[in-house]
Amino acid sequence: MATARESARRSTKQGAEPHVGIPNDQLLKMYRDMVLTRRVTDRMIALQRQGRVAFFISGQGQEATQVGVTHAIKRGTDWVFPYYRDQGVCIALGMTARELMLDLFGKAEGPCSHGRQMPSHFGHAALRMVSGSSPVATQTLHAVGCALAAKLRGLPEVCITSLGEGSTGQGDFHEAMNFAGVHKLPVIFIVENNGYAISQPQSKEMAVKDVADRAAGYGFRGSVVDGNDIMAVYQTTRWAVEEARRGHGPSLVECKTYRIVPHSSSDDDRRYRTRKEVEEWVKRDPIDRFQKYLLGAGILSEETDEQMRAGIEEEVTDAVRYAEQAADPDPAEALKHVYAHQPTGFP
Amino acid sequence: MPVRSVLEAIRDALREEMADDERVFILGEDVEEGGVFRATDGLLEKFGAERVMDTPLAESSIIGVAIGASLNGLLPVAEIQFADFILPAVNQLISEAAKLRYRSAGDFTCPMTVRSPYGGGIRGGLYHSQCVEALFAHVPGLKIVCPSTPYDYKGLLKAAIRDPDPVLFFEHKKTYHLLRGEVPDRDFTVPIGKAEVRRRGDDLTVFSYGLAAHYTMEAAERLSGEGIQATVVDLRTIQPLDRATIIDEAKATGKILIVHEDNLTGGVGAEIAATIAQAAFEYLDAPIMRLAGPDVPAVPYAQALEDWYMLNTDKIADAMRRLAAY
Repeated sequence: MATARESARRSTKQGAEPHVGIPNDQLLKMYRDMVLTRRVTDRMIALQRQGRVAFFISGQGQEATQVGVTHAIKRGTDWVFPYYRDQGVCIALGMTARELMLDLFGKAEGPCSHGRQMPSHFGHAALRMVSGSSPVATQTLHAVGCALAAKLRGLPEVCITSLGEGSTGQGDFHEAMNFAGVHKLPVIFIVENNGYAISQPQSKEMAVKDVADRAAGYGFRGSVVDGNDIMAVYQTTRWAVEEARRGHGPSLVECKTYRIVPHSSSDDDRRYRTRKEVEEWVKRDPIDRFQKYLLGAGILSEETDEQMRAGIEEEVTDAVRYAEQAADPDPAEALKHVYAHQPTGFP
Repeated sequence: MPVRSVLEAIRDALREEMADDERVFILGEDVEEGGVFRATDGLLEKFGAERVMDTPLAESSIIGVAIGASLNGLLPVAEIQFADFILPAVNQLISEAAKLRYRSAGDFTCPMTVRSPYGGGIRGGLYHSQCVEALFAHVPGLKIVCPSTPYDYKGLLKAAIRDPDPVLFFEHKKTYHLLRGEVPDRDFTVPIGKAEVRRRGDDLTVFSYGLAAHYTMEAAERLSGEGIQATVVDLRTIQPLDRATIIDEAKATGKILIVHEDNLTGGVGAEIAATIAQAAFEYLDAPIMRLAGPDVPAVPYAQALEDWYMLNTDKIADAMRRLAAY
């Protein structure tokens, strides 16, 4: 079994040509997914500040982790149990800017909850991304159960579940890891370690430096990767997915990253972290980093980049226009879907 | 027709459903060796370790994993060893199972059954005796079943396993061997959400469920000899309540007693009383009466204390006499 440190070495050792084996069009798609995620969430922040939507929450700065992980799975076959910062997972999985905006505006057509949940409670049946709640880490058990069903049914499916490092204090996370380890299930725990659980630094959440160390206690592999290095995230997750699909059991991948925005539109992060710290991380922006990499490797040109970004601006503007004008949910429908068949006889 | 105990009826239902539908599987603590009450005895040998599965001793994972498995094409039957131990899994039941269909407007559903022994009278003390049905009866999205007869246990468990929504199937542990009755060998279901009128009388109507429904029937037979004729309604399903039957049977006699072992305050009886007060007020000839467990945190252990807590035929007959005399 690889220890966290060995796995970390493995992912950095591939440093020279980390993109080898990944087709150029996929590298460009990964890059586009990251930029689209950033621009969609930028616009969401603006919409909230303009008072056009009530609430917003994102993981800006975590795009390399989210997009890298999602490109490593078989989309449409594998199952995804995300958490509330995972706009990058949604986009890389195939959700459109329109769909994310419909969710933000709470519209009937929104695929996540059709206007029933706050924004960012992602779910999309056609994409096998399962609806989640607000209490954290509950989804990890659903991923484990889904993986159990895949194993029992002999299906070649892998389940991915993501959560913040703060959520790893929850009992459900540990119960999920334990169950997955006992039954050697095809499930991968992605810990998006952005250093903070709202205002609380990691030191107040756990007494260890790496969440990945926990995996050994449950009998499987834990890896630490630079979560702002999309190639490292992709390669490590890819390896974990292949292991899971071969029947070699679960993995934990801890992606060290940083949220460069406040926790949510209701949060003021100046109360708990310095501007200097945030600025340092902004300099390590994963999108700039990947852009430089692709330009340097001759995979992306300045011209292609500009064209792509112009296309994204149009896409986001269209999405806002479409979602804002879309129909609100009808209160007459709000009693539906409590049960498959609504009970009769209520007074 | 064969005679079965409650426990045998449950085991028959599990075995038949597993034989009929390969999507059905059992998970829980000690289920492989038959479970602490032997409800799953023999199922491992018949269906194998992939369909009768021991889990780590962690109830939230039992429910959470069942939810996940139900998302991916299986029909889990999760066993929580004692209803008292369901509390660590409340978040998975209330935040997740109950809300999955609603929060996705039907895009995701959670067809699973949670079986759990509940209730006192076996010297289980505070933490092996509780009734927890009222805790969950406040939660739309869950169904709650508390049968009393072996026939209903079999038919309702089959209905629960086939139901498209999460069902909490509570089994009164004192009735496992105590109650026996005729149960067909053939396949049948009893509909969830339908109460059953067990006997009819003109003087008063008693609503009950579980072990208390059995005692209520005994009390009604005793009072019949004294010239007091009672209608006895076995609710069978706690959520969704069969409000139509409750209202009809309340109107029929105008004197209402509600009997449950679970403690009084905020109990199922309160909802039934309110339903009748709202829909059948003009028909009432007496204040609605409730006979329920005392408002202490749980059933105490010592025999004298347990006897003090628990309902029995005498206590119910006394309450019925008082109401009839009103």
